[in-house]
Amino acid sequence: MIESLLKGLAVLEREALDAVATAGDADTLEQVRILYLGRKDGKVSAILRALAELDPEIRPRVGSEANRVRDVIRDALERRTTELTALAGRPREGPDDLTLPGRARWVGGLHPVTRVIDEICRIFASLGFTRARGPEAETEWYNFVALNTPLDHPAADMQATLYLSGNILLRSHTSPVQVRVMERHQPPIRILAPGMVYRRDAPDASHLPAFSQIEGLAVDGGVTFVDLKAVLGEFAHRFFGPETRVRFRPSFFPFTEPSAEVDVSCIICGGSGCAACKGTGWMEIMGAGMVDPAVFEAVGYDPQRYTGYAFGMGPHRIALLKYGIPDIRLFHENDVRFLEQFR
Amino acid sequence: MNISYRWLRALAPELRDSPQEVADRLTMYGAPVDEIVRLGEGLGDILIARVESVRRHPNADRLTLCEVSAGGEVVRVVCGAPNVRAGAWYPYVPAGGVLPNGVRIQQTRIRGEESNGMLCSEAELGLGRDQGGILELHGTFEPGERFVEALALDDHRFVVDVTPNRPDLLSHVGIARELAHGGVAGVTLPPFPAGAQARRASRRRGGAPAFAIAAADTIGEVDGVSVRIDDADLCPRYMAAVIRGVQVALSPEWLAGRLRAVGARPINNVVDATNYVLSELGQPLHAFDLDRLAGPAIVVRRARAGEGLTTLDGQARKLEPDMLAICDAERPVAVAGVMGGSESEVSSTTTNVLIECALFDPKSVRRTRKALDLSTDASYRFERGVDPTGLPMALRRVVHLIVTVAGGKTTAAATDVCPRPASPVVIDLRPQRVAQVLGIECNASSVRAQLKPLGFQVKPGRRGFLRVTVPGWRSYDVTREVDLIEEVARRYGYDRFPADLRPYRPGTVSDDPSFQREEELRSELVACGLLEARTAALVPGRAGLVPLANPLSAEEGHLRDALLPGLLRRIEHNFGRGLRDVRLFEIGTIFRPGAAGGQPVEATHLAIVLTGLRAPAHWSGPGETIDLWDVRALLEQVLAPAHFYGAELHPWAGDHVYFDRDLALSVQVSGHVIGEGGRVRREAVDAPPWAGPVWGSELTLPDPPPPPRIVKFEPLPAFPAVERDLALVTPDAVAAVRVERAIRAAGGEFLDHVAIFDVYRGPGIPERTRSLAFRLRFRAPDRTLRDEDADRATGAIVSHLREELGVEPRAR
Ligand SMILES: [Zn+2]
Repeated sequence: MIESLLKGLAVLEREALDAVATAGDADTLEQVRILYLGRKDGKVSAILRALAELDPEIRPRVGSEANRVRDVIRDALERRTTELTALAGRPREGPDDLTLPGRARWVGGLHPVTRVIDEICRIFASLGFTRARGPEAETEWYNFVALNTPLDHPAADMQATLYLSGNILLRSHTSPVQVRVMERHQPPIRILAPGMVYRRDAPDASHLPAFSQIEGLAVDGGVTFVDLKAVLGEFAHRFFGPETRVRFRPSFFPFTEPSAEVDVSCIICGGSGCAACKGTGWMEIMGAGMVDPAVFEAVGYDPQRYTGYAFGMGPHRIALLKYGIPDIRLFHENDVRFLEQFR
Repeated sequence: MNISYRWLRALAPELRDSPQEVADRLTMYGAPVDEIVRLGEGLGDILIARVESVRRHPNADRLTLCEVSAGGEVVRVVCGAPNVRAGAWYPYVPAGGVLPNGVRIQQTRIRGEESNGMLCSEAELGLGRDQGGILELHGTFEPGERFVEALALDDHRFVVDVTPNRPDLLSHVGIARELAHGGVAGVTLPPFPAGAQARRASRRRGGAPAFAIAAADTIGEVDGVSVRIDDADLCPRYMAAVIRGVQVALSPEWLAGRLRAVGARPINNVVDATNYVLSELGQPLHAFDLDRLAGPAIVVRRARAGEGLTTLDGQARKLEPDMLAICDAERPVAVAGVMGGSESEVSSTTTNVLIECALFDPKSVRRTRKALDLSTDASYRFERGVDPTGLPMALRRVVHLIVTVAGGKTTAAATDVCPRPASPVVIDLRPQRVAQVLGIECNASSVRAQLKPLGFQVKPGRRGFLRVTVPGWRSYDVTREVDLIEEVARRYGYDRFPADLRPYRPGTVSDDPSFQREEELRSELVACGLLEARTAALVPGRAGLVPLANPLSAEEGHLRDALLPGLLRRIEHNFGRGLRDVRLFEIGTIFRPGAAGGQPVEATHLAIVLTGLRAPAHWSGPGETIDLWDVRALLEQVLAPAHFYGAELHPWAGDHVYFDRDLALSVQVSGHVIGEGGRVRREAVDAPPWAGPVWGSELTLPDPPPPPRIVKFEPLPAFPAVERDLALVTPDAVAAVRVERAIRAAGGEFLDHVAIFDVYRGPGIPERTRSLAFRLRFRAPDRTLRDEDADRATGAIVSHLREELGVEPRAR
């Protein structure tokens, strides 16, 4: 009751002030005065008269607000009258209507996937990770063998790989960058490798044959599974919000052991279960694990001395979750009405 | 992998978890449940009925009148199924009952005869696809028993996502070991519900059928059948048993029901028994019709050139010499570990069977099934790894089951030909290494508590190590210390680990400067009003592109060597939606053919496309469309030395693939073309008539990026400047840039700034010339310049221009 009365007064105030400001001559201004403050039918006057019938509980608040509105309108009328008198007989110096829209410039914007990649990189940069790059057309050695994935093992089938010729392929994950970095540098290693990866997947609402991935790798003496949980948990809280719950569950990747799948509480339903999370309340955001000693052996690190963790996540997928986009193919359509939403 | 909840509970009677709890625990053990399928839903109205008599419908040839007993009075049902027979049991919906698809069955008259309810097919009950006839039930029932309960159909099917390292989870026993309280100790194989035949047989013999196993090295013998392994590398163990006198028929309902619950199709009692044990224990098995085996003999050898066979799926297969075959005395009868042959298939006339229970080399099975493009339940398990110690148990189990459901008997000991006995995997585990990797303290007793329920034996070893013996079913994925550490972490529970951020040492790898460069370029282009696009790197074919060996489609069969074509398709997409103002850019990887047999050459490109208005339409005027000078300005801006090494723009000479002749620019760094831009040729874009011209550009980003630019402060001018305007009549053959350079060359020490402010053609100016108006600014760093200084310098410029370029000042 009281809220609707106060809201009505606020609307009335706005209306009246607009009418005062746009009144171009004394006659119009007088009509505005009568409309709002006229003794007989003025809208504000009517409210003031009706105060007596209000519940005594709310009467003081409504009364003081109505009086304030009446005073504000009366002051505005007075000011405008002075202005009009001063302007009387002088030609206008500017355009006759200042409510017309201004001269705009085109506003550009980053692709939503780039925004997500940049945000992920910024968070990890503050946790000490620098960025590294590797080729998108790789050899079987870097994509599989050096990552403890023999080609004659079913683990090599976990991703459908696109081949170019012979043992040259389009990398199916950004993990080869791990190997390339460790071949050239000594620990401590703390890198992030964003880039495109390729899979032999027919495009549909959740698959594209080419999509982005971000690989992370930290190696040093004394790095443990506890550090992995800490850093990835910290990332999840900064990226998805401090209320987010994080869950690590066992999984399998040939190049990490122990391996984990990292889930966060669903950003749509908060964990109670909805269509986006298939009713589980959780969303899978990345794979991770402790670097398998076989990978260290492949790059010439001493696995007894160094331990490390690695993780990988898909910015395309995370962007779908973050912005609530229903179909991953929208990312490659590049409709300007789509792109303009993310700036 | 499909797992039945009822089956699991039969194996682990102590398991009290609800289906959802089972799914949650499996997920947290690393075998996520993708789906829980409720089975037997909507079958509450279905009863089991016996058909007492069958006779022809008087008014219809295809229909019969059945007297049906389902608990109460015998009722009449009109039936259209060809297979209905008196004395058999069928699922039955009484009148008023509802089928799982929601249809209510009414009492009705069919061709003049009353019908009370309906006898149902598998398809009508949602149990399978068979709609050829009504579902005959095999077993002993009471008329009117509830179908769901009699057949134990109310069940849940878990669709478990088993990772490739865990073949041991591809069976009910494997899953039960993970879940049972007490682990392995909580799992027992339940007895089979015995049919009449088996009850007679076990009365005779007292208990399970007599079954002995005789060990052999490479040649064995079972009941007159010789069994020989010629290639022990590909087949380290082959067990075989012979059962004589089986009666091949449909399986009893409990067995068929188990298979249906995991989504398998019942075939006949012998084959179903092998599939049952496969699903229970994870050991692939094969039953041969013994009388179809020449010899009779089994020879496990590589196929010979030219050999082949027709597999159970009816396909004729050619075998290669690197494929392992199961042969009789003459020819291949099965592709080892993949699929049996149709000639020795168990059929309704089979009476004697040979059961194969073998171990095959995972890599060999994988190669073979890939070469044959034939993946089966058997090959799937063999290529991941089958428990080498589990064979005797599986063979005993399947023989027992076949005798129970199909009769027959074993009269001779089974043979166990085992040229390569598996030795158990023993690993030393250092508790301090567990701490080094996991970051938590552990001791012998906590490690034992995690590992023992999973079947690992843990004994104290030297120097505080633990000697861990790995059970056979884990011998593929647990071979190293780190594999045990994962096991400890997995069973301890990842969620119980702390997650405290600790200090770290900074890494030795510096941030790759190309990322910074791309970020800067992106934000500059965004500031210029462009939207970032991302287009696919996989494109349709064209000469000179790098092809894919196994593309998904021709449309995505090659790697792009330029970004511009992809962006032009995006322009078309936007035109197609009525959008005329489109300004896109992309920074992405392109590929060119590399050295033969090597990787393609990759480069990072930047491309821009622009069309439509220069600024959003405004009421103050008609708006101007984007032209060459907008493109040129964008290029001049992004080509700043921060991103490129001193690039210059030059008019493009000659024809161009994408751009209109005379409206194209090339971008050059020390004479080397690194990019181009201009107005896109009309034929290169499929544009509607209302669309404006499309402008574009594509550049190769230098690799490595230029070093960071060092900015140095320059003192601000302390003294005023003097300006002179100079209009120059310039022949068309002389480019403005040459005039500007000549002005700078002759301008002297005080020339501070040169800018063109007007270009004019028309009255007062000779043909084939135009007037270029320059504004010159002169300034001295240490004094106020006098007019004479400026005039003198301007005079020098004018005479230099006249001599060098034939350019004259315009007469006033
Ligand atoms: Zn949700």
